Amino acid sequence: MNWVGNNLDLIGQLTLVHLRQSLIALVVGFVISIPLGWVAWRYRLVRSGVITITGLLYTIPSLALLILVPVVTGWYSIVSETNLIVALAIYAVAILVRAVADGLDSVDAGVRQASTAIGYGSFRRFVAVEFPLAGPVVLAGLRVASASTIALATVGILVGIQNIGYLFTNGLQRRIIPEVFAGVVAVVVLALVIDLVLVLAGRLLMPWTRRVSAAPSRRRARTAVPA
Amino acid sequence: MNLLGDAIGWIFSGDPGRGFDAIPLAIGVQLLYTLIAVVIAGVIAIPLGWYIGHTGKGREIAVAISGAARAIPSFGLLILLTLLLGVLHKPEAAVISFVVLAIPSLLAGAYTGFEAIDRRVIDAGRSMGMTESQILWRIEVPLGLPLLVGGIRAATLQVLATVTIAAYIGLGGLGQYIIAAIPLRRFDILIGGAILVAVLALVIDGLFALLQHLVVPRGIRAAGSAQPQRRSARQRRAEAIAVGAPAAPATTP
Repeated sequence: MNWVGNNLDLIGQLTLVHLRQSLIALVVGFVISIPLGWVAWRYRLVRSGVITITGLLYTIPSLALLILVPVVTGWYSIVSETNLIVALAIYAVAILVRAVADGLDSVDAGVRQASTAIGYGSFRRFVAVEFPLAGPVVLAGLRVASASTIALATVGILVGIQNIGYLFTNGLQRRIIPEVFAGVVAVVVLALVIDLVLVLAGRLLMPWTRRVSAAPSRRRARTAVPA
Repeated sequence: MNLLGDAIGWIFSGDPGRGFDAIPLAIGVQLLYTLIAVVIAGVIAIPLGWYIGHTGKGREIAVAISGAARAIPSFGLLILLTLLLGVLHKPEAAVISFVVLAIPSLLAGAYTGFEAIDRRVIDAGRSMGMTESQILWRIEVPLGLPLLVGGIRAATLQVLATVTIAAYIGLGGLGQYIIAAIPLRRFDILIGGAILVAVLALVIDGLFALLQHLVVPRGIRAAGSAQPQRRSARQRRAEAIAVGAPAAPATTP
């Protein structure tokens, strides 16, 4: 473990880069998923289309997606950080669109009718009633998306995008086991910390879920993690 | 778009370039590793998942494991095992990491398949005098099959993606075209390889979608609740209710 002690700076620096890349992808994915999930929930026909398309993108292995998206769009180069962030955001959207649509499904129809009856328009009803009540299911989806995004980001190093993944390729080339091990631990710790932040944010923003803590957030969007 | 044209030209040229395996061989290697890993993981995880689903024991542990496994970077695990087992044992190290990755999805597919079954169907079987093993094999296994196939589908695609990455440690397969083409700046091979990987994954996903549809027992399909897609907990609950519909007892062969 000597290597780890001598290279704490490097590990910390790569972890910060990794965190930045993952968080941008998650935020972008989340922001895109809210309207997309609402549309998918509101219009049945659109729903199957949206879920199918995001599902197909989710199916494409990350290494192929990292090559094909920049080549097909031509917007940025394969080695740019944007490329990794876009690919990660695509996977996050695939998870989160379903979570948002499922969450809106879980809102009690009586509550929806009551809010309409007391004069909420559809936009205000969405912001003030439906989306908060969909919160626990959306949060469960966010937790899945954040863990898989953080783990997946390491693949970026294979096309030349630096983050914790650098410890894996460099560790293999130099045959330093502690370096690779430190990378795995850093990714897992980062994922756990973000998960904890999400859970705490959920408690703060949705205080009503604490009382029924046994039932919610059981739901998991998907079991698979693209590699 | 000329790049895509070159890539497709490379795929059909019949000559992958010096130092590369032929494309059919690479596809074969890719599929073989995926198959071996999913089969080994299935032998471990499916009986365990069925046990959890049948008895309800150990469910919390299984949920925790599949949640935590999501945070493990598959690429890092692969390299760590390669270094630990030694470079001479690359295939073993790779298969072990693929198996570890496939287990959570298979486990979840097996036990959620059982959990989605309406308790009344199982109670009805028991009250008709079925033994525990009859309940398992004639009610739970057939009714849980669509979700299990969903789990196998997720695990297979995940392993397929990781086998692609494993080309970095020299395992062969389709990932070799992508990884080796980057330093060579051979964009035709790079993009052609990526197209092959994506198409292979989509074809396999399509086959599983079909299989998932086919394994829905006849009685449930007649009740109109066939859901070939990967489903949410809500949909699963809805399906569980549908299983309790009058048509359901006919499903036990």
